[in-house]
Amino acid sequence: MSNSEQSTVRVSLDTPGAVGSAPGMDVPVGYAQARSYWRGVFHRVLRDRVTIGCTLVLGLLVFLAIAAPVLPLIDPDVANSGDRLLPIGSPGHLLGTDELGRDMLSRLIHGARLSLLMGVGPVAVALLVGGVLGLTAGYLGGRTNMIIMRITDVFYAFPSILLAVAIAGALGAGITNALVAITIVFIPPITRVVESVTTQLRSMDFIDAARASGASTFSIIRTHILGNVLGPVLVYATVLVSVAIVIAAGLSFIGLGASPPEAEWGLMLNTLRQSIFLAPWISLLPGLMIFITSMCFNLISDGLRSAMDVRY
Amino acid sequence: MSQASSAPLVEVDDLCVRFVGPDATVSAVNGVSFALAPGEVLGILGESGSGKSVTLRALMRLLPHRKTRMDGRITIAGHDILRLDAQALARVRGPVVAMVFQEPMTALDPVFTIGQQIAEAIRTHESIDGVAARRRALELLELVQIPSAARRLDAYPHQLSGGLRQRAMIAIALACRPSVLLADEPTTALDATVQIQILLLLRTLQRELGMAMIFVTHDLGVAAEVSHRVAVMYAGRFVETGHVNDVVKRPSHPYTQGLLGSTVHGVAKGTKLSTIPGAPPNLARLPEGCSFAPRCGYAQQACRVAVPAQVEEGGTSGVPHLTRCVRVQASSAACGTTVPTTA
Repeated sequence: MSNSEQSTVRVSLDTPGAVGSAPGMDVPVGYAQARSYWRGVFHRVLRDRVTIGCTLVLGLLVFLAIAAPVLPLIDPDVANSGDRLLPIGSPGHLLGTDELGRDMLSRLIHGARLSLLMGVGPVAVALLVGGVLGLTAGYLGGRTNMIIMRITDVFYAFPSILLAVAIAGALGAGITNALVAITIVFIPPITRVVESVTTQLRSMDFIDAARASGASTFSIIRTHILGNVLGPVLVYATVLVSVAIVIAAGLSFIGLGASPPEAEWGLMLNTLRQSIFLAPWISLLPGLMIFITSMCFNLISDGLRSAMDVRY
Repeated sequence: MSQASSAPLVEVDDLCVRFVGPDATVSAVNGVSFALAPGEVLGILGESGSGKSVTLRALMRLLPHRKTRMDGRITIAGHDILRLDAQALARVRGPVVAMVFQEPMTALDPVFTIGQQIAEAIRTHESIDGVAARRRALELLELVQIPSAARRLDAYPHQLSGGLRQRAMIAIALACRPSVLLADEPTTALDATVQIQILLLLRTLQRELGMAMIFVTHDLGVAAEVSHRVAVMYAGRFVETGHVNDVVKRPSHPYTQGLLGSTVHGVAKGTKLSTIPGAPPNLARLPEGCSFAPRCGYAQQACRVAVPAQVEEGGTSGVPHLTRCVRVQASSAACGTTVPTTA
């Protein structure tokens, strides 16, 4: 008897008369997908000059970093003791040379490769791990939440840089270990952000509404939870990239990250430290690069936040 | 209301819902039974905390499962709701039972457009492509009378007014052509003019699509407007059920009488409104016997001993007028008239 009920419903829904529209009216069926949330965000970002400027600067940096091996640059590792600490604007060395006579421009560009990798890599991995942990803790709640969140709380007992130094120190010096250390440092804060957003969402009516229309737990997490978590978490992640670059530079500075003669901004800052009174401008260059890069990530994250904040 | 004679679509038998907490167990619903025929509208009336929303959510098992204990039996279109596994339950939610929520602001996902959310509801149950789903979404928006529906399809919830949002919410609920529509105070969050529009829309849709509907509200006028049958709920029990006319014009239960006495309709300006003295009972520690007894002006010793049984006293168009009150047994023969409420 419920079947007959269903069929009467179907008839009245499908008849154009009941719907109140003639077939073939201005139905934009041509494009199947509605303008998505992210496209709206993209359009708002385009109108934000600061964010665009920062993105261009970062884009240039990434391009230079990727293209470094094929660019007409002097080998960053070739030392020339005759040309030590040449000032900025010297012929053949646009940004001068360092304390061993290596070309600064070449080293800064090659250094970007490692520094950007150490900034983005750990955050990307931490985003994945922390995201899964946070979603699990937030959606399941109860005991699962308690176990996951209390473990992440342990990591909060230490300042992030100190923790990174401790982990990198325990694992031993080297780029890989530094990457691992920074990743571990970032998992707890990302877990916490994802968990808190998920917990808030879980009690929202639209989650119940999705359940009421028959959506499975997995599809609710995939569409409704993820769709709402992604915004705030991506904003947070961009801030973390700048922090990661600074931590990576710090680790290299104290000898736990990249090791000489590798070109890495933090390491360069360390070795040029001794020459700060002889060639202050040259010594400042790596620091300036770290500053510009992390600043760009910060400003982009601000821009993203305001572009995404259209809700409610 | 001739449908009342056909086989029931929804059957609820002695439903009890308790929330188990670390400190106390709250008995939100205490033995609710009713049956609903296809195409029939039941209005559940009660104040905040009387268990009406919980009853509704229990019908779809939308209550937090870890803290909720449900007893009794719920059958909807042949499905034993309380015994379904997760997958079977998901198949029932949408095509068989759907729900319209109270707050259209929070019941729609802010990051997806209306069109996407309707299409999602359709595609959960039917394997159709995006274009077809979008076309269906458009039809649904027109069905719920959203002006310039084609444009609204790509609107985000925050771009719509409260009334339009509630219409979109209704469109999502209707996406899979449910046999039973549950409406949880769908007009409470809206302003008065929009309330009437939504109410009329729901009534029209219910008739056009031949759905059964359970309508929860604390507004007597709203309940009378849409329902064939009204159930008055107090402390998790149906204290009085019957045809709208019976309940509104000849209320038998002192609580219903008090509820009707405290409305503003038909009262001269400046007159103080009568109220029901006292407050609803603590659901964690329900009094034995009739839960209204502590506030009732007619309470006798018998009221405090056991929960009164449902007593039938006449009815209209085949809908029996049932009341849970000891006085009804005594007075039904002698004086069927209403007694003025205590003020």
